[in-house]
Amino acid sequence: MNIDVTTTNNQLTSDIVLQVKDLKTHFDLEEGLLKAVEGVSFSLRQGKTLGIVGESGSGKSLSAQTIMRIVPPHAKLGGEVLLKRRRKGKDDKIVNVIGLPLNSPEMRDIRGGEIAMIFQEPMKAFSPIYTIGNQVSEAILLHSNVNKEEAKKIAIESLRKVGMSNPEQRFDEYPHQLSGGMRQRAMIAMALSCKPSILIADEPTTALDVTVQAQVLQLINELKDSLNTSVIFITHDLGVIAEIADEVAVMYLGEVVEYTDVDTLFHNPLHPYTKALLKSIPSTANRHEKLESIKGTVPTPINLPEGCRFYTRCKYAVDGVCNDNDIQLTSVNEKHDVRCVRWDEIEEEG
Amino acid sequence: MLLKFIGYRLLQLIPLLFVVSILVFFVIQLPPGDFITTYVSELENAGIAVSESHIQHLRDRYGLDQPFFVQYASWVQNIIFHGDLGRSFNWAAPVSEVISGRIGITMLIASLTLLFTWAVALPIGIFSAVRQYSVFDYIFTFIGFIGLAIPNFLIALIILFAVFTTTGVSLTGLFSPEFIGEPWSFAKFLDMLPRLWLPVVVVGTASTAALIRVTRAMLLDELQKQYVITARAKGVSEKKLLFKYPVRVAINPLISTIGWTLPTIIGGEIIVSIVLNLPTTGPMLLRALEFQDMYLAGGFLLIISVLTVIGTLISDILLAWLDPRIRFGGVEE
Repeated sequence: MNIDVTTTNNQLTSDIVLQVKDLKTHFDLEEGLLKAVEGVSFSLRQGKTLGIVGESGSGKSLSAQTIMRIVPPHAKLGGEVLLKRRRKGKDDKIVNVIGLPLNSPEMRDIRGGEIAMIFQEPMKAFSPIYTIGNQVSEAILLHSNVNKEEAKKIAIESLRKVGMSNPEQRFDEYPHQLSGGMRQRAMIAMALSCKPSILIADEPTTALDVTVQAQVLQLINELKDSLNTSVIFITHDLGVIAEIADEVAVMYLGEVVEYTDVDTLFHNPLHPYTKALLKSIPSTANRHEKLESIKGTVPTPINLPEGCRFYTRCKYAVDGVCNDNDIQLTSVNEKHDVRCVRWDEIEEEG
Repeated sequence: MLLKFIGYRLLQLIPLLFVVSILVFFVIQLPPGDFITTYVSELENAGIAVSESHIQHLRDRYGLDQPFFVQYASWVQNIIFHGDLGRSFNWAAPVSEVISGRIGITMLIASLTLLFTWAVALPIGIFSAVRQYSVFDYIFTFIGFIGLAIPNFLIALIILFAVFTTTGVSLTGLFSPEFIGEPWSFAKFLDMLPRLWLPVVVVGTASTAALIRVTRAMLLDELQKQYVITARAKGVSEKKLLFKYPVRVAINPLISTIGWTLPTIIGGEIIVSIVLNLPTTGPMLLRALEFQDMYLAGGFLLIISVLTVIGTLISDILLAWLDPRIRFGGVEE
């Protein structure tokens, strides 16, 4: 593992609980260096939800896994993930998660304790051979100073909080006895049972029915408010983003291409990719228009040419302008960053 | 729940064993002629004339001229009501007596082999999977393939030869000459111990190699699973995580193969036993088949079949106990 720790003054503004700076996750493959996450930066504010949106292969899930340090061990990491430790006895100490030794006690304390994660496929996220109760209490026993009996009580309380009927009985049931929605609730119960300061939700509703999706989103929102947890919500679904996020980072090919608050994203998107994404959502307002799609697919980020990573699929791309140098994330205003050299020209073109 | 499952499986055994016993009896009746014809031709080869009336007397005594189902019925009746497997023509003694003399040692060697296989293969398989493509993994993959490719009896011969040429000790047989034919004593037991490792290692090599491959492959599969990542994201330490989650699932094939391991306890490794001159049941089964020693062969086949069925039952019960999805008849999405 190649850890490139840049020294900083390790200061975070008071309401920021997690700051990701220039995060890189590379894989050295035979075909070349795969830059799956390339210089991602964002910050997460206390009690707020940051949405990360992008297509498959945009590096959104991998960014989250890098924060948790659960990427495959041969991944080369770079940049900083500054975390304000907020659990008991940690006194807002700031640690760089990327600098911690993998599997060190402090890293394990952060995983599940400080930052909890819920996953896309609740069907597969629980081990089939242990009861729900066993797996939920395991997290509690790891991160709190309680005995088995107390852990069971906390676990059952947690299951109740996420709206599971008959939690005492569910505690002794196996994952395959629950429906997908119930399993995702159990997953959320497990993640929140240790009262983490940050919850990372990696496409938690993608595998669920629409009605169950809405319930789970509502549940995450309620719990976020009652526990004052900050949430990183990863999804490819802009409709979900609109419902849950305060701020949004749009990712494309391992980079953040647009970073702003949720209102600006929907009403005044600047990056051609974001615009195209929004146009590809079906809408009842303009039902006679043909639904737009973005041509092509996300390329593999190996040996990419210089210039904008969206160049090959962008309808505003200009040869010699967009494919000359790597494009930097530029601030449009205080709350709006975009990674496009032509954003102002495109604005004028309309 | 588990008890109901076991009871249901036990009930299923009855018709299964019935069919198996008919098949066994049918198979041992299949070759042309019977033990008497082999016996007579042997005697005639040796220059001893056998009178027709003596042959007919023997046939009557063993009921060899009666129709198939009559013979079968009396065979099964004796087994069920008297525990009598019939008489061995060749050994001129009850089958149960002939077999029981050898079955203890056979089972000892077989169980030690099983333990040896698991004790060696599991740690290596787990380590190979966790450190996939490491030097360790490559070395044991190489050794494993060699172990799979070389027939066991050849390994036995090589070891025998190597030990004999370097130390002058002959490792064949389980006992020193002075103890052969003696009743069991502590001294005989002590004499056996240093000779026991060879058959155990030789018989265990191939299955150890195979089990290393199976464990490694299963574990590699399980290590990729989402539930492993979930557990890691919970903050579970790597070591605890490995043994609590993926290893528990990866040993399933090991448990489900107990069913096939049990019958080899009695019948398997015949060639190795012959090469090493071991007093086990394997060579005896071979001889019984050669000489059409009908009831002895039938007894063996029946015991092997019953052991297979029981082994499968044990496997199923263990699996049900280990994996709740089987116990509850759950469906995997």
